[in-house]
Amino acid sequence: MKVLVPIKRVVDYNVKVRVKADNSGVDLANVKMAMNPFCEIAVEEAVRLKEKGVVTEIIAVTVGSKAAQEQLRTAMALGADRSILVETDQEDVQPLAVAKVLKALVEKESPDLVILGKQAIDGDNSQTGQMLAALTGMPQGTFASEVVVADGKVNVTREVDGGLQTVALDLPAVVTTDLRLNEPRYASLPNIMKAKKKPLETVAPGDLGVDLASSTKTLKVEPPAERQAGIKVASVEELVDKLKNEAKVI
Amino acid sequence: MSSLDYFNDTHRMVRDTTRRFVEQHVLPHVDEWEESGTFPRELYVQAAEAGLLGIGFPEAYGGSGEDVFMMVAYTEEMMRSTSGGLVASLGSLGIGLPPVAKWGSDALKSRIIPPVLKGEKISALAITEPGGGSDVANLRTRAKRDGDHYVVNGSKTFITSGVRADYYTVAVRTGDAGYGGVSLLLIEKGTPGFTVGRNLKKTGWWASDTSELFFEDCRVPVENLIGPENGGFFCIMSNFQMERLNLAVMANMTAQIALEESLRYVQEREAFGRTLSRFQVLRHKLADMATQVDVSREYTYRVAARMAAGEDCIKAVSMAKNMATRTSDFVTWEAVQLFGGMGFMRESVVERLARDNRILSIGGGTYEIMNEVIAKQLGL
Ligand SMILES: Cc1cc2nc3c(=O)[nH]c(=O)nc-3n(C[C@H](O)[C@H](O)[C@H](O)COP(=O)(O)OP(=O)(O)OC[C@H]3O[C@@H](n4cnc5c(N)ncnc54)[C@H](O)[C@@H]3O)c2cc1C
Repeated sequence: MKVLVPIKRVVDYNVKVRVKADNSGVDLANVKMAMNPFCEIAVEEAVRLKEKGVVTEIIAVTVGSKAAQEQLRTAMALGADRSILVETDQEDVQPLAVAKVLKALVEKESPDLVILGKQAIDGDNSQTGQMLAALTGMPQGTFASEVVVADGKVNVTREVDGGLQTVALDLPAVVTTDLRLNEPRYASLPNIMKAKKKPLETVAPGDLGVDLASSTKTLKVEPPAERQAGIKVASVEELVDKLKNEAKVI
Repeated sequence: MSSLDYFNDTHRMVRDTTRRFVEQHVLPHVDEWEESGTFPRELYVQAAEAGLLGIGFPEAYGGSGEDVFMMVAYTEEMMRSTSGGLVASLGSLGIGLPPVAKWGSDALKSRIIPPVLKGEKISALAITEPGGGSDVANLRTRAKRDGDHYVVNGSKTFITSGVRADYYTVAVRTGDAGYGGVSLLLIEKGTPGFTVGRNLKKTGWWASDTSELFFEDCRVPVENLIGPENGGFFCIMSNFQMERLNLAVMANMTAQIALEESLRYVQEREAFGRTLSRFQVLRHKLADMATQVDVSREYTYRVAARMAAGEDCIKAVSMAKNMATRTSDFVTWEAVQLFGGMGFMRESVVERLARDNRILSIGGGTYEIMNEVIAKQLGL
């Protein structure tokens, strides 16, 4: 069984991003980049399936600049067998364009399972997996907290309001990962070294017949309003009064 | 990441692995380990499993490859544990093992290196003696040849991992007075005539064990000779280069963390109705601290790059160590000052950094000895 794991290079979650002076986006100069945390969970899940003997091959894929090779190498150090870089210098490729690229790769590679993060921490769109499922006609199990593959099906437990829902999907299928699915491992140094020798193929979006042009345009990016400093209240009465009449929350 | 960056993708991945190792296995326990003066031996195995102990050693013996910036990235992230002692003891193989790897016989290499890199055995380096550490050429521990053994008599002190180590790379006198009579011997724990003294109480590096070693008619097989007989001085001096670079990195990181802690504190702490960061005298102090840390780190990186390229950097690495330790002396001192009374309390990180910092301009060659090296290279 073959698994495709799409991953994304994003600003490291520890970094406090700054908005560019011209409000055109977030300043990425000399900022630490890393694999999107939800994608790490996706890689980890694929590797665990391989360790269980369910999966035989893991292919990591990303749409991004040459620098995103680092994240593909990381995925291979964690256990992916090979990887594909769909190279573009275009910043901010939209979910629909990524989904179209992935559809082309699904047609080429015929994976039994595509495991993606439920969202990337930069755009927070949470769309790519769903769009890929729609474009390919594959069933989808989103926000997975447990994934079990058996008898040509994948059972995906989803975290929904008020409890857990389990859906059974026919393969091939799309699964997106939630935070509690697993705790990703870190790459050991010998595996980092071995990853250097694993194949990394580079293709252009055009080779896959996909145009990455965006259908949306970002007008302006602004930082969130600064939090006001707190105040001390003298009594419970004053607190209740302020919550009622100033904050208007009760 | 620009092309001016000294770190490549592999280095960044090693950094990331080390950071996660520290976050998962060290930070949750580090205060407890510091207070109790030790850390579990199991940590060696955990570090080995991640491949971290193998940095600097050939893959043929279970190492992760010899790469200077891999070592720099590893040490920087390990220092984020805020325990210099832990970094020193967990890393004592970094000074004890390279002589075996570089100059040991094949038999010695394949017997000693793999178990250390697996975290099963601990390696230490023993040069310093009660009679003196700076004047290595005049060390007094004697090793007299008797058949196929050396009979060792003498003592060592201030040895990092001295209590817990299994393999000691020991500098001994096999020949005449002076540097031409010095050799390196691998002496194993449990060899009759070899005893370990008490765990010495120290100003800093609490999580590290430091001890005296005693040799009394201790018989060591000649196969345990590392490098040529009476050729040990060169091996010791050569081994010092990487140790000094690593100490410079430790000093820079000590300063870096103290600076970060200070930047955070001055923006929170208020006096006279405003945050400390609003006082110009303190703002400028932080500007000075930041400048020194940046300059020192950049110079250390440059020296590391030259060493990675195979250049002989005896003078430069001594300069890097002195620059870095002067920087960390200044920055940790001022950090405690900025914290006021809290800076003297064990619950603040800067308190430990200031204590741990004190050794850095003493160990691995003192500030004065570095200056002697530099002066000699200047033709004086
Ligand atoms: C925590 C800790 C861990 C250590 N770990 C190890 C270890 O693992 N292995 C090991 O072998 N050693 C270790 N050492 C020992 C360390 O390397 C020595 O302390 C150091 O080299 C200085 O030697 P000394 O203490 O004998 O000082 P001395 O050599 O007695 O020097 C005393 C003072 O005189 C100065 N001085 C000496 N000669 C000159 C000169 N020519 N010109 C100007 N000034 C001079 C020195 O700079 C110093 O200020 C450790 C020490 C400590 C504190």
